Amino acid sequence: MPVETIQDPAMESHVTQERIGKVSAAAYRIRHHALNMGEVQGQGYVGQALGAADMLATVYGDQLRFRAEDPHWEARDRFLLSTGHYAIGHYAALAEAGIVPVEELETYGSDDSRLPMSGMSTYTPGMEISGGSLGHGLTIAVGMALGLRYQGSNARVFNFLSDGELDEGSTWEAAMGAHHHQLGNLTAMVDINALQADGKTDTVLRTEPVTEKWESFGWYTQRVDGNDVGGLLAAFDNAAAQAAAVGRPSVILCDTKVGRGVPLLEDREKAHFMRIEENEWQTCREQLTAGYEGKASA
Amino acid sequence: MSTTTEAPDTTTAAKPKLKTSAMIASFADPGQKTTSAPFGHALAKAAQENDRIVGLTADLGKYTDMHIFAKAFPERFFQMGMAEQLLFGAAAGLAETGLVPFASTYSVFAARRAYDFLCLDAAEPNLNVNIVGGLPGLTTGYGPSHQATEDMAIFRGMPNLTIVDPCDSVDIEQAVPQLAASEGPTYLRLLRGNVPTVLDEYDYTFELGKAKVLRGGNDVVFISSGLMTMRALQAAKALAAHNVDVAVVHTPTIKPFDAETVLKEVNTDRLAVTLENHSVVGGLFETVASAAVTAGVGRRVVPVALPDQFLDAGALPTLHDRYGLTVDRIVAKVLAELG
Repeated sequence: MPVETIQDPAMESHVTQERIGKVSAAAYRIRHHALNMGEVQGQGYVGQALGAADMLATVYGDQLRFRAEDPHWEARDRFLLSTGHYAIGHYAALAEAGIVPVEELETYGSDDSRLPMSGMSTYTPGMEISGGSLGHGLTIAVGMALGLRYQGSNARVFNFLSDGELDEGSTWEAAMGAHHHQLGNLTAMVDINALQADGKTDTVLRTEPVTEKWESFGWYTQRVDGNDVGGLLAAFDNAAAQAAAVGRPSVILCDTKVGRGVPLLEDREKAHFMRIEENEWQTCREQLTAGYEGKASA
Repeated sequence: MSTTTEAPDTTTAAKPKLKTSAMIASFADPGQKTTSAPFGHALAKAAQENDRIVGLTADLGKYTDMHIFAKAFPERFFQMGMAEQLLFGAAAGLAETGLVPFASTYSVFAARRAYDFLCLDAAEPNLNVNIVGGLPGLTTGYGPSHQATEDMAIFRGMPNLTIVDPCDSVDIEQAVPQLAASEGPTYLRLLRGNVPTVLDEYDYTFELGKAKVLRGGNDVVFISSGLMTMRALQAAKALAAHNVDVAVVHTPTIKPFDAETVLKEVNTDRLAVTLENHSVVGGLFETVASAAVTAGVGRRVVPVALPDQFLDAGALPTLHDRYGLTVDRIVAKVLAELG
């Protein structure tokens, strides 16, 4: 798929190698955590977590204002995981952010764990909403952005959603509402992995042209390679520069690859629920580390 | 095949005047004391004392009396357009930031169309989201698209949700600040426009979660909610003329249900009748029945309720008579039961 990267040249210079290196390292650790969690559970949405790791690392490692020791800090930026089944990746990001202890990650999906398979606000510190019934996040984000603005807060709201959620009518109700109410404090990030439960997105329900849809809904729209940390940083910088109490909401459309960073999984037949054999987890970790170290030393 | 060439009848005298339906029909009796837009005024008043209260609607502000609040507090009112999923998702988001939203639409759209959003975004995290549903039960002649005959049946299954079915303007005025003050999500079956004022004549105050005995009686006990409490009181007076002494217990909070007060009244030798502006399935009757069975109270209870079917369109008085909600029909049913 051709990837169109829209960047503001003025901002590009701020995307330093140092920032890229920091976020890439966080993305590597998020992927590593996700593989470990997947192995304990024997299953899980590992493919999605690997694909979205760079997006999550960019947000938690570079953009979001939060206090790890006080997840309910009033002035925090809000990160909403609409795509509840991406929780495995989100927990890894929360661990990376210091909000959830790394050693707790192995409880993922187990009885009495604070880290259920689908993300829920009532279970996990730092989890703002209970996603999972898809198409909810952006509607809640609209209310949060309205509420924060009304109360004079300059906190921003980030809503993570998947391209599958573009099937849901409620996503577009919210897209209209955000534009109508000029929610410049709202940023949506869409993981476009072109895959959903029943198969490839273009065979299930064609959502393209996605860029034009968001533009026509009045959003400041950027489309980037969601596995290119430099491009992500530039796009998020652009969105931040646009952010205002009253203004255009911003969307960053991120084309990602399911299983990214682990060649064994990147090449496997794409599936919503990726099957990984017991003896493959160690290979996955080794491939991930080799790829990361190879890139880092390159 | 008719070959008549007669001129059409142009006189109007022979034609009976048709009773017509209206979207917003009043169920107040002619000459009855009413109060205008009690919900809108009560919300505006509560908002003066509580700056966390905000209002939203889905293109039905004027039809849910939300426009009164919007005019009083324009900066605290958010028009979400004809988008009920957004309405309630956004209400949850507002509550997440510490505000106290009241979000209005018609009951059919809240209950049927936006259930998933209310359930997961407001009720699961137990947020102070207040749903305000217009046209509950049979309060419009517009047909099944607008008649929320099963709204309580739908909503009763939602954990954490408080359900209030007010009788009149007194109930609404007193309920609004209590709904704002209660922690979790609530659903108010809204009566709007010129709403009858009935309960001011009784020694009564609305208390969230409480049923109240409005009048005592030795032969029959009515357990009622919503506008049917008004009818129950009228029917009780009418039955007095038949030497039937009727008690009336008003239970405006359907969930959590005041089983203690209600069962004490049900568990006597009197004929027990429930009266509700709702389907016989899943509303007040079944709430009373399940409470009774759970407590081991083995009394027969006669329901006055809407039938388990999609109702006709038409004029509201016609339909209330057709489906048994009028005072005359209630009186006839009680007399038949008493033999």
